[in-house]
Amino acid sequence: MIFNSLRLYQSYVAVSMRSQMQYRASFVMRAIGHFLVTGTEFLGFVALFKRFGQIQGWTLPQMGLFYSIISLSFATTEAVMRGFDTFPNMIKSGDFDRYLLRPRSTAFQILAQDLQLMRIGRFSQALIVLFWSAAQFNSFWTPANMILVFMAIAGGVCLFGGLFVLQATLCFWTTESLEIVNCATYGGVETAQFPVTIYRPWFRAIFTFVIPLATVNYFPLHAVLNLKDALGSTPLLQWLSPLAGVVFLIVCLQCWRIGVRRYSSTGS
Amino acid sequence: MKAYRAILVSRFLSLLQYRAAALAGVGTQLFFGLVRVMIYDGFYRSSTSPQPMTVDQVVTYIWLGQAMLLLAMFDVDKDVAAMIRSGNVAYEMTRPLDLYTVWFTRALSGRAAPLLMRSIPIFVVSGLFLGLRAPASLSAGLLFVISSFAGLLLAASLVALMTVCLFWTLSGEGINRLAAPAIFFLSGIVIPLPLFPDWMQSLLAVLPFRGLINTPFRIYMGVLTGAAAGGALMHQIAWVIVFILLGRMILIRGVKRLVVQGG
Repeated sequence: MIFNSLRLYQSYVAVSMRSQMQYRASFVMRAIGHFLVTGTEFLGFVALFKRFGQIQGWTLPQMGLFYSIISLSFATTEAVMRGFDTFPNMIKSGDFDRYLLRPRSTAFQILAQDLQLMRIGRFSQALIVLFWSAAQFNSFWTPANMILVFMAIAGGVCLFGGLFVLQATLCFWTTESLEIVNCATYGGVETAQFPVTIYRPWFRAIFTFVIPLATVNYFPLHAVLNLKDALGSTPLLQWLSPLAGVVFLIVCLQCWRIGVRRYSSTGS
Repeated sequence: MKAYRAILVSRFLSLLQYRAAALAGVGTQLFFGLVRVMIYDGFYRSSTSPQPMTVDQVVTYIWLGQAMLLLAMFDVDKDVAAMIRSGNVAYEMTRPLDLYTVWFTRALSGRAAPLLMRSIPIFVVSGLFLGLRAPASLSAGLLFVISSFAGLLLAASLVALMTVCLFWTLSGEGINRLAAPAIFFLSGIVIPLPLFPDWMQSLLAVLPFRGLINTPFRIYMGVLTGAAAGGALMHQIAWVIVFILLGRMILIRGVKRLVVQGG
């Protein structure tokens, strides 16, 4: 069953890629455009660090690690979960009805229908920042750190994935896409590119407990950098915290199932 | 003239219909502004060395930036792009109107309507609760309005320029995709221009992009007054003229090489 699903996913993705590659020049330019948008933004932060030296005791290479983990996660989610992003159109047009007839779960079909390659622009930019930042520390890439950085990114993908699913789920009730969720996704990226401790306590609490973005970069990076956490987390908690992203995704997928059950077609 | 005014007004009014979308955008932008304010606050509390702007000025700059974001965010006119791709642009050319003026007018109203809908609520909320200061003086406020209008003209002339480049379909799209993020960054919306490295300042002063938002904002805060403000306004107008002339020139060449397939 699992292998069959994987094969099916592969062929779905192959179709999606082939269609994107029909306009190769256009694709390349879009990807470069994405690279530039996030790249210039990071250059802006570099300029600020040049002026101010540090932010609340955090240096540029440290911030670069926070930034790149969250950005790599988000770019991956945007590429993989594109189907959930455009889900409101599917509800409005009534196309979703067809998905209900097929012998696979709806979540799987929507996940598989599109893999947006041009997010490679943001991804590669964040990867450069990650390697540059890591190179500023002595012997950064120990096996433990490699695992932890990978876990943090994977946790981030799950977490953003959960938010995308949640945003799509809300469409079962509203039919419209709710732009306010963008505060959690795009706003979350903006917020979590800096360590959460620089924010006001109430704001920090939201991004630790409600939308647990701090668990996929703030806590793991303390273990990676071997720092003492001002918020008092222990190494065990720092190692386990990326799992919060996985839990978040599972909860969101449960909400999705409730949504599918109450879905009634728009009839168009 | 009457025809262009009709295009301006009707498109402006039809875009005003998208109030719900604008309101949702306002919520997101208030959130982004809040995050930005906290980040800059963090930077300023970390350093005691004197900076080109005070933290209060930066906060005001951020909120003005959130309110006027659409002056720095560029996208080509999707309707015109589709027209060029489908060949329907031929119909446009048979009309007894000047094509460039039509597109410029469209670009102007296309910016102005959403800008107005988004900026007013952001001005109100951030002014009441989130640290946006009032203009430095009455005259600064008035000059700010004039300079913002010049910024709007500058934005429209840039959009029109990007649009006429679409006559060269593929390279036109490429230019637009690369130009948009570059203009966004150099306008000062990401990082206020005065906080850019010192060695870049003389370059930024010449480039047109500070005229989009940075010039009006500095007038608002009372940093640019008198002759300096006048000079900055001239800088905006001069670039508007350059871009309009450039756009017209490119349009003439584009039309000359245009082949519309029948059928």
